[in-house]
Amino acid sequence: MAIKLNVNDKEVQLDIKPDTPLLYALRNDLELNGPKFGCGVAQCGACAVLVDGKSVRSCVVPVNAVVGSKIVTLEGLGSPEAPHPLQAAFVKEQAMQCGYCANGMVMTAAAFLQKNKNPTDEQIRTALSRNLCRCGAHNRIVSAVGEAARSYREGESS
Amino acid sequence: MTTRRSFLQGTGAIVLYFNMVPTSVLGQQVAAGSNLPESLVANPSLDTWLRIDADGLVTLSPGKCELGQGIQTALAQIAAEELDVAFDRVRVAAVDTATSPNEAYTNGSRSVEVSGAAVRAAAAEVRDILVGLAADELAVERNKVGVANGVFTVDGSASKIGYGAVVADLQLARNATGSASPKSQDSYRLVGQSLQRIDIPRKVFAESAYIQDIRMDGMLHARVVRTGDREAKLLPPTDFSAVSRLPGVVKIIRDGSFLAVVAEREEQAVKAAKALVRLCHWDTAKLPMQSPTINEWLKKAPADVRVVAESGAVGSAEVARTVSANYSRPFQAHASMSPSMSIAQKSGDQLTVWSHTQGAFLMRGAIAKLVGLDEENVRLIIAEAAGCYGHNGADDAAADAALIAMHMPGKPIRLQWSRADEFLGEPYGSAMTTRISAGLDANGQIVDWQYDVWSGTHSIRPAGAKRAGHLFAARQIAQPLPAAPVGNIPQPRGGGDRNAVPLYAFANQRITKRLIPDMPVRVSALRGLGAYMNVFAIESFMDELAHAQGEDPISFRIRYLADKRAIGVLEKLREQMAAAGFDAVVAPAGVGIAMARYKNSGAYCAVAMRVVVDTETGQLKLDRALCAADIGLVVNPDGAINQIEGGVIQSASWTVKEQVRLGLNGVTSTDWASYPILTFPEVPLVEVALVDQSNEPSLGSGEASQGPTAAAIANAVANATGKRIRDLPLTAARIKKS
Repeated sequence: MAIKLNVNDKEVQLDIKPDTPLLYALRNDLELNGPKFGCGVAQCGACAVLVDGKSVRSCVVPVNAVVGSKIVTLEGLGSPEAPHPLQAAFVKEQAMQCGYCANGMVMTAAAFLQKNKNPTDEQIRTALSRNLCRCGAHNRIVSAVGEAARSYREGESS
Repeated sequence: MTTRRSFLQGTGAIVLYFNMVPTSVLGQQVAAGSNLPESLVANPSLDTWLRIDADGLVTLSPGKCELGQGIQTALAQIAAEELDVAFDRVRVAAVDTATSPNEAYTNGSRSVEVSGAAVRAAAAEVRDILVGLAADELAVERNKVGVANGVFTVDGSASKIGYGAVVADLQLARNATGSASPKSQDSYRLVGQSLQRIDIPRKVFAESAYIQDIRMDGMLHARVVRTGDREAKLLPPTDFSAVSRLPGVVKIIRDGSFLAVVAEREEQAVKAAKALVRLCHWDTAKLPMQSPTINEWLKKAPADVRVVAESGAVGSAEVARTVSANYSRPFQAHASMSPSMSIAQKSGDQLTVWSHTQGAFLMRGAIAKLVGLDEENVRLIIAEAAGCYGHNGADDAAADAALIAMHMPGKPIRLQWSRADEFLGEPYGSAMTTRISAGLDANGQIVDWQYDVWSGTHSIRPAGAKRAGHLFAARQIAQPLPAAPVGNIPQPRGGGDRNAVPLYAFANQRITKRLIPDMPVRVSALRGLGAYMNVFAIESFMDELAHAQGEDPISFRIRYLADKRAIGVLEKLREQMAAAGFDAVVAPAGVGIAMARYKNSGAYCAVAMRVVVDTETGQLKLDRALCAADIGLVVNPDGAINQIEGGVIQSASWTVKEQVRLGLNGVTSTDWASYPILTFPEVPLVEVALVDQSNEPSLGSGEASQGPTAAAIANAVANATGKRIRDLPLTAARIKKS
């Protein structure tokens, strides 16, 4: 069955079943590396993508639920040439060890910063409270999100 | 229907174990007088380590794996330093048994020490060879030639040629001789700098960075179906034909009690595996203990008892008072963020396996044995997964993929474990219990110290053909491999007894290890091995003694220390504590400290933790951690700090939250809800200070902070509440009850 998706501003058509988890469509059919398989039950956050600007867990979202929505993955957020402020901040703060959770951190934070442009560290921690990191890079991640928020604001005021 | 059977049945009561000499494969016993680092002795040909192309681009090929610890960056810094090229001119190749040097396992926080030493010597020698070629090319005396940024200099002025111009004549298929001297530290320009990690951009920009990102034409998706008990037997009826008719299912593979399904698409494999679970009946063993009874079980279990260290004469001193205490930790999981996976492909008589194992060459032997191929026909290619923190499911998943691929010649098989497969299948960090008894003289001085540790093994790595029996699937297949003997890592490194010998100088002491070879669940190396528990116990007990005598815990420790570097980190910590206002903390907050030297031969680390305890609910808030570490020469300070900081947080998670839950029928921790870890709002702030010891050899930083963090938290809780908790984890329920 043909499923039409809008991913990173591109229309794609996939011949897959409507209940296929979005994560598998993105990783296996579209060969995107951003969203990661971590738990398959929406507990860890590694698979997060933006759907119409909201951070969702693509491992539990069937593709037919996002037909007509704008899906953005880590690839669509920015590039080495034109990095999203969060991507630049994660590099600057060296905000990871293995980095497997980083996709979820960046995508969750991207949605959060749209709603809160001047967050406290505590608000950042709360926003990321359902994203797991096993290496202990939490404090660097909080710093990176705060750094990105600052550069967002400076970008808007300039 | 499940029948009951003793878990010991069929395996024998006590399996003999072997003494692991962890790096024997490297030929550590080098010929006397060799001036080469051990990895270079084992892999002497320079071309296994370094290649330089006509553009002067350097490819470094170490035998150590990137695990998220930043080792590729640190080694690239060392290579760029010695070769006098810009840092961004060095690429680092992933480990591949076809091309890489054999550096055995990437473990024990020894990669900078061991691989770093080899890279330093190899790069210095290659530079020396290149300088010789340039002297010929430029027709000048060799001693006039230097190198800056990959360009040769003559009498300090840049020449017209760089490395690329002479590589056509560069012959690196020759053995290292150790003839070239590495640079002196005072001329370092890259080593010691916090250069950004080379792997982070590709991770942040979603380029291909992980084994999960490898996609191959015609790749099929596989899942295994099993319980957490590798001795469990699949019972009849085993008619799976209904599942084989599900959409996309290509094959159901059954070999004894090894069961897997292969499908065209991943979600098809997931569905088929779920359908198989419903059809399977397993004969699985009941556990001989559950979570609340682990300690009693450990103390009664058949054990190999040996005194691992003894000095003075225990019992000989005049003792006014004896103080004793028991401590424990539960089984704890690596709980890597990425469930293990592997890709395997059989082509003709060759099997290629892509894996995130820590030991490519050793896995090659184990897999060859498991699938019945000659070792030279098996190739392991390493790609990074999420952090593993020791022996997690990586090796078992690689073995699963290999078994499946053998049934499906030509097809690349991508085997992915589920989250539950990982929690149930990974070998855990062993539950442990310890007993300390100290004899104090009339002045309160410790004059007698007896320490007993009960532990399962910390080494069941499938290290080559002889240890292939450790693989999960090895016991499932119709012709099972004999269960390999469990490993006993002897002192001075130790396994369960790692850091059981205190760094403190006690006049009379005896340390006894009780290794329980036959554990009810699989156990192996989890970051720090026994050091986490032993440092927790010793450093808790030292605090108890200091407190009983009304003495400052740092001064109390220093009185028993002869090691100046250990004293150094404690004094540094004292400064940090004063600057952070940790001296002025009052209940319900509390501060605790602890210190250890990892393995008694690695990095020194002292930790202070400030906590706030709600005595009504037992809720524990980890507020802020300070950490002083001495890791000798630091290659990349930010990378080292990242490791130490991460170690504090991971250990804090183990210490206040983590335990693998055991029920009658087996492990019941199968997901993040039943195995919770520390979350963002619960993570303490962490500040790490590195003590400058750049004239000392580098010491790995990855496992230094876990033990001290555990004890610092327990000591902080005791100082905040007046109650001592000696059993991990320090849950709210335990704090409330205490």
